[in-house]
Amino acid sequence: MNGGQDLGGKHGFGPVKPERNEPVFHSEWEKRAFALTLAMSMPGGWNIDMGRFAREDRPAQEYLSMTYYQIWFAALERMLKERDFVGEDEIEAGHSRHAPKPVKRILSPGDVEKTLHRGGPTERETNTHATFKPGDKVRARNLQPRTHTRLPAYVRGHVGTIERVIGCHVFPDSNATGAGEDPKWLYTVRFDGRELWGDGGDPTVKVSIDAWEPYLESA
Amino acid sequence: MAHSHDDDHHHDHDHSELSETQLRVRALETVLTEKGYVDPAALDLLIETYEKKVGPRNGARVVAKAWADPAFRARLLKDATPAIAEIGYAGRQGEHIVALENTPKVHHMVVCTLCSCYPWPVLGLPPVWYKSAPYRSRAVADPRGVLADFGFTLPKDTEIRIWDSTAEIRYLVVPMRPAGTEGWSEEKLADLVTRDSMIGTGLPKRPQDLK
Repeated sequence: MNGGQDLGGKHGFGPVKPERNEPVFHSEWEKRAFALTLAMSMPGGWNIDMGRFAREDRPAQEYLSMTYYQIWFAALERMLKERDFVGEDEIEAGHSRHAPKPVKRILSPGDVEKTLHRGGPTERETNTHATFKPGDKVRARNLQPRTHTRLPAYVRGHVGTIERVIGCHVFPDSNATGAGEDPKWLYTVRFDGRELWGDGGDPTVKVSIDAWEPYLESA
Repeated sequence: MAHSHDDDHHHDHDHSELSETQLRVRALETVLTEKGYVDPAALDLLIETYEKKVGPRNGARVVAKAWADPAFRARLLKDATPAIAEIGYAGRQGEHIVALENTPKVHHMVVCTLCSCYPWPVLGLPPVWYKSAPYRSRAVADPRGVLADFGFTLPKDTEIRIWDSTAEIRYLVVPMRPAGTEGWSEEKLADLVTRDSMIGTGLPKRPQDLK
């Protein structure tokens, strides 16, 4: 979706302000919101792409005025409510008021280390062949989905070069909607700075994205 | 996204909103615990992992080993995920890692314009600036301007490669080894490797910076 999250190349956000000796979390609630989000994905049953969409799918003004973990928490609440794990009445009361929905597994303390260490690899076996090879010229298609996509707006319509064939990976545009993993070939595509940013662009800059095959066409 | 942490002007406004968030987070944790969906001890362990165990010190060890051990450097640049797993780092948000080596001619810098993708097993959780709108908007279009915000400039003819982490591939920059470190142990070299140097927004420390 063309939401507040798609920030590449936008003007007006001012300078980057690094914080000296920054702590990992800035308050106790950030820690809990972070941990709840990680822990609930096991009983919750959603995937990473659904989680990303739940974060970005909100009014752009809202997205841009919330802090990072406020966005995480809002997405967590939304996914829990959509799937009937909790009701707003329960959050307001601060207590459970309805019978829990049965879940297969929850994250136990003994599972934490191995669950994190395993992660969620996205490469999949395939018997298809990659259409493009390194050096091929490709154009990022002018796709404008209202649903989740990982093709940033700033490359759409622009021509780049295939730098690397990465492998066949879960396709977020499908996975985010619940339509299945639908793995597609994934490539690193390199763009010249001036192709993206015009004659005023820095000629020494090259920008690459990782793009699934449906995002690309021969150029 | 809002920069509530360092923007005094909005502090009072944010304070009340954050208090409300704080109450809701606490309420939700209670509800989820009462329903048996989460075990608070598992939450504590998740927090402890990223506060105490998994952080940029991991990446610093990887970089130091690449500086000191040419065979490891070759394995790291060829296929970083198994090379990094040799040292014991793997998993969530680092399932598919690519290492990018800086040279006198090419400087690499990593961003996620769409969210906050970052190689957790080697760098830990990302700092606020990495997730912020200023960095995400400008890193791809004006990287030299962003580097100036971090207080450093590159030679005019250095090629700058920006890696926008739009898939599940995570990028780790291997900065150039500082001069005057010949014969140093991996442990000592790791003290020179800063988090920002592994994102591409900073340089490693020099030997004289350690004194």
